[in-house]
Amino acid sequence: MSAAPNQAVVSIPPVAAISAPAGRSLWADAMARLMQNRFAVASAILLGVIVFAAIIVPWISPYNYYTPQWALLDLPPTWHGGHIFGTDDLGRDLLVRVMWGCRISLFIGLIATIVSVVIGVLWGAAAGFVGGHVDSVMMRIVDILYSVPFIPFVIILVVMFGRDLFLIFVAIGAVSWLDIARIVRGQTLSLGNKEFIEAARASGVSGPSIVVRHLVPNLLGIVVIYATLTVPSVILFEAFLSFLGLGVQAPMTSLGVLVSDGASELQSYPYLLFIPAVFLALIVYCLNYLGDGLRDVLDPKER
Amino acid sequence: MIRYTLSRLAGAIPTLLIIITLSFLLLHAAPGGPFDAQKQIPPAIKANIERMYHLDEPLYKQYARYLWNISSGDFGPSYQYRETSVNEIIREGFPIDALIGGAALLGALLIGLPIGIIAALRRNTYWDYLPMGLAMIGISIPVFVVAPILILVFAVNLHWLPAGGWVGISPSHIILPALALAAPYVAYVARLMRGSMVEVLNSPYILMARAKGVPEPLVILRHAMKPALMPLVSFLGPATAGIITGSIVIETIFGLPGIGRAFVDGALNRDYTLVLGVTILYGALIVFFNLLADISYSLLDPRVRYE
Repeated sequence: MSAAPNQAVVSIPPVAAISAPAGRSLWADAMARLMQNRFAVASAILLGVIVFAAIIVPWISPYNYYTPQWALLDLPPTWHGGHIFGTDDLGRDLLVRVMWGCRISLFIGLIATIVSVVIGVLWGAAAGFVGGHVDSVMMRIVDILYSVPFIPFVIILVVMFGRDLFLIFVAIGAVSWLDIARIVRGQTLSLGNKEFIEAARASGVSGPSIVVRHLVPNLLGIVVIYATLTVPSVILFEAFLSFLGLGVQAPMTSLGVLVSDGASELQSYPYLLFIPAVFLALIVYCLNYLGDGLRDVLDPKER
Repeated sequence: MIRYTLSRLAGAIPTLLIIITLSFLLLHAAPGGPFDAQKQIPPAIKANIERMYHLDEPLYKQYARYLWNISSGDFGPSYQYRETSVNEIIREGFPIDALIGGAALLGALLIGLPIGIIAALRRNTYWDYLPMGLAMIGISIPVFVVAPILILVFAVNLHWLPAGGWVGISPSHIILPALALAAPYVAYVARLMRGSMVEVLNSPYILMARAKGVPEPLVILRHAMKPALMPLVSFLGPATAGIITGSIVIETIFGLPGIGRAFVDGALNRDYTLVLGVTILYGALIVFFNLLADISYSLLDPRVRYE
């Protein structure tokens, strides 16, 4: 069975003799192009620094995020005792609390995004791949869910079923998968008509194999873009819930909790608002820039 | 055109029905009832209260009764505020949200459009980088950071405008909340406008217009403007609904008696009828503005014809 192709190969002149340029994969190419985008690179580095600090600082700091120090209430930023960001209205070290806030906000952003990406990709790919009536029913459901008022729904979910962290992930993730589902379906539909899928079908590759080997890798680019852009929107939404008192509960904290606490004392202790607000804005800003940069290099339409 | 509008309107009814059913089931699946918090009430009286609001009936009967009442525009009595109907709460609160939201949307367009156009015309210069960088900051900073800073600067330090409250339709009480609400939308509008303007300016018919000697301001206003506005039209549908539903934080910070705050209080107090009524109102607004955007899109763009 394998004899005939082997003989055919032998008759071709040695490939090594031709000095072909080294092939670059889509991802290597995208990385190289991303590196040329100074804003995106700076965003990635800054984000890395914040993530690193968020992991390390609470670990090595002598303070924790929950023990009040009654002698050191509302201390402005100072070198004294290492409270470089000062202390809050219960004398807790703001540096440690902000770093914990970054941890929790990034964590919520990540988990909720994973939930929404998993639902969105499966839903969209299934609708696009199966097609026909299944596709129209599934997309009609997405259309209807688009009309569901998003903010009230999450508020109802959180109020009615308790305010634990896990529920917040699921609630936000479960309502933010619609965009990804639509985009993935569109991509799947247009990919399904491409020649290489045809070729795979013709050479007898099974349906699930085509999805895993040929469709998913081609969808990855667009999914990465939207995942990067979903994280900041989830972080902002968690901040919004925390502002309403429906998010993360004390003494645990998030950037949203810190910012809304700080906003109430803006006149007397502005640093309580500005320091967490700067971190929140930096994280969201970097992720948005990174997402835009990734879109420029990964989206085929942008070439 | 009329047929398209009618068919879209007909399609909106099942969508609304599904929203109503989903929220109804969700609220009734939640643990705890609206009158559980008042522990002092003896069981017999509690049963009486529940009978008064038909809460003792089986779920399907409550659902049918609710649907029947809504179909005649009656959202039922509020559980939380005795002697007050949900209709009255909406009638009092909604105009405030609509006014602030409308002002915010207008402001977002008036500020965002010129910024986006200038950035597109001066592409890859500081006229582009600086406003677009600022726009990204506008998207990244939550409303509840912008609003207290606005209050601190314009109300507390400069004494130009009141820090909040509501005294009827008074411009000075509308400016700050509308500005805070508009901030992220200014950024969205500017980014969207820049993107579509850049695309339009690269198209052959603009080259043609320039080649035959049309002065540049006319090229922009007469030729590029209308097609560049198209993506904005489809953005404005969801954005309008989003601005109105998104005013919850603004209402809290500026002490405005809108329905957003009433909704959150209602959800906390398990005021089923109020929460349902407001959710349905929001859903109806989203459906309505999306429909409006699609129809104006088809009117503005001759290439889009709905059958």
